[in-house]
Amino acid sequence: MNGSGLLTVRDLRVGFATEGGILQAVDGVSFDLAPGEVLAIVGESGSGKSVTAQTLLGLTRSPNARIEGSVRLRAAELLEADEAALRKVRGERMAMVFQDPMTSFNPVHRVGAQIVEAIQAHRGEVGKSEARARTVALLDAVGIPEAERRVDNYPHEFSGGMRQRAMIAMALSLEPEVLIADEPTTALDVTIQAQILRLLERLTGERNLATILITHDLGVVAEIADRVMVMYAGRVVEEGSLDEIFYDPQHPYTWGLLGSLTRLDRPRPERLPQIGGAPPSLLTPPAGCAFRPRCPHEFPKCPQPPPLEARLPDAPSHCDRCWLSPEQKREKRQVAGQIGLEAPA
Amino acid sequence: MARFVARRLVGMALVLFVVSLVVFAIFNLIPNSDPAQRLAGKNATPVLVQSITEEWGFDEPLPVQYGTMMKKILSGDLISYSERLDVDDKIIEGIPATFSLCIGAAVIWMSFGILFGYLSAVKAGGWLDRMLTVGSVAGISIPVFLIAAVFLYLFTFKLELFPASGYVPLLEDPIQWAYHLILPWLTLAILNIGFYSRVLRSNMLDAMREDYVRTARAKGLGERRVLIRHVLRNSLIPIVTLFGLDFGGVIGGGAIITEVIFGLNGVGQYAAESISNLDLPPLMAITLFGAFFVVLFNTLTDVVYAYLDPRIRLGSSAR
Repeated sequence: MNGSGLLTVRDLRVGFATEGGILQAVDGVSFDLAPGEVLAIVGESGSGKSVTAQTLLGLTRSPNARIEGSVRLRAAELLEADEAALRKVRGERMAMVFQDPMTSFNPVHRVGAQIVEAIQAHRGEVGKSEARARTVALLDAVGIPEAERRVDNYPHEFSGGMRQRAMIAMALSLEPEVLIADEPTTALDVTIQAQILRLLERLTGERNLATILITHDLGVVAEIADRVMVMYAGRVVEEGSLDEIFYDPQHPYTWGLLGSLTRLDRPRPERLPQIGGAPPSLLTPPAGCAFRPRCPHEFPKCPQPPPLEARLPDAPSHCDRCWLSPEQKREKRQVAGQIGLEAPA
Repeated sequence: MARFVARRLVGMALVLFVVSLVVFAIFNLIPNSDPAQRLAGKNATPVLVQSITEEWGFDEPLPVQYGTMMKKILSGDLISYSERLDVDDKIIEGIPATFSLCIGAAVIWMSFGILFGYLSAVKAGGWLDRMLTVGSVAGISIPVFLIAAVFLYLFTFKLELFPASGYVPLLEDPIQWAYHLILPWLTLAILNIGFYSRVLRSNMLDAMREDYVRTARAKGLGERRVLIRHVLRNSLIPIVTLFGLDFGGVIGGGAIITEVIFGLNGVGQYAAESISNLDLPPLMAITLFGAFFVVLFNTLTDVVYAYLDPRIRLGSSAR
């Protein structure tokens, strides 16, 4: 982490004041993102991955949100930017694709009009017909057939996959530097998922986009990510390159995620392995390692908070938050001949 | 579209038929309602009553009487019992006043209902929202006759700002027309201003949590554009439904109290007089007149609704 990237996030903390106290949704997240790079943020529901993404664009700002740390795009600090400055960043420099294409378009406006609206919000000088022509070209570029006619359709006349394509077209309409895709394929069926991932991959390459892909699906991550950040209870528990995370995972939570994948190259187990228990309450997280209550490998050092640091001499960018030694990890993560997390006793 | 209109027309005819049956039945079921007695006057001889009964056909079986009355209504020569005047003429005479009152009040309640609802939702939880909430609840709770009485007392008798009653035709003197109608308009509008602003506020607060609003923000739209084009626009759909029902209802009798108190001589006032005289023909005609507008505005609402929400649009675009 040298801080010279396009997007630099340092020690981001997001808490929400609730009646039960402060809910710490994101607790000290740092990362860098370079042009052309795909960073995947992985974790289960409530791990803070979506809040992290939305905070980058200031979408979590509210009177009861407590946001600290630093988010820099090039040199500009976004956390302290006012709404007007932030508005210029949204869509124009950092665009977002949301999880549910069914509800992310306004049902009462035409798809094309919603994209035109995005273009004209930032490029006041672009006339209506030109914005429309651009929209048609964008829809065509994301693979919508008969874009010239479809541009005047309403969202309900699009299928889920087409809506997500249109959503991506809208996100790309102003040629942003950073694309944040928050579970872009979760609401789609598997064949469409693959198409959308191909599309994202192609566009990222063509346009040198820096992409943050948020997902709970390691299959999606394996498809297109360059680097992976695993989040648990608002914290990053492990980060590294795609290969490092998939072939040499260091944190028991990552083992659990990898172990619960269905694999086509192995005999299918009777029951899919799962990680026992549920994520901790973010209002009262456990002291020390947050995964401790669910971890079968807990030992006396765990109640001390483990730092996120590189523990392997030959992989300086592969960091994790677990007190076990690398040798212990390599031994303990073997469950029935493959990487996994033992079922809790 | 043609099928839609045809279906609606059939529905409308059915509703009007049922309404007319109900009014006719109620009138014939309530006690002391022998119309011949009232037509004959206070000190009438039994012979006179008898001859009136025969002349007007009150001794015929009820279905025949109903048929006769409906025929007269449709052909336009229905005569009232008490004044023996042509009912349709009286209604047409009252229409300008009633429409002036209702349309003006509707414009006021829609404008202020939407404005207050919008402000309330945008400033939710703040002092403005709280004040508007108190105001709306008060507007909804205070009965029309009390509002009218307070207005008359304050603005007419104490401050002498507005006239107490009467209707000046619009074409005769537009300024006097509006001047005479301001108090009635406000009286009639206050309830709905409160009601609409409450409904709009909660609709908007719901809409603000929608994914598409987040999308609109994420693409860098200004806050006002997000609120108007994405939040308000989508929240107006239920308001339009309400408006269709309420506007039809106000024309069809909801303005009776206001008309009577301010002496506007409209259809509503005619209805009130007919009720106190137990005068069936005008009541039948006015009820059907009102029911017609309720049904008509319901149909119009559906058309506007389809315009506002493309998901339920009829015809080619929805295939």
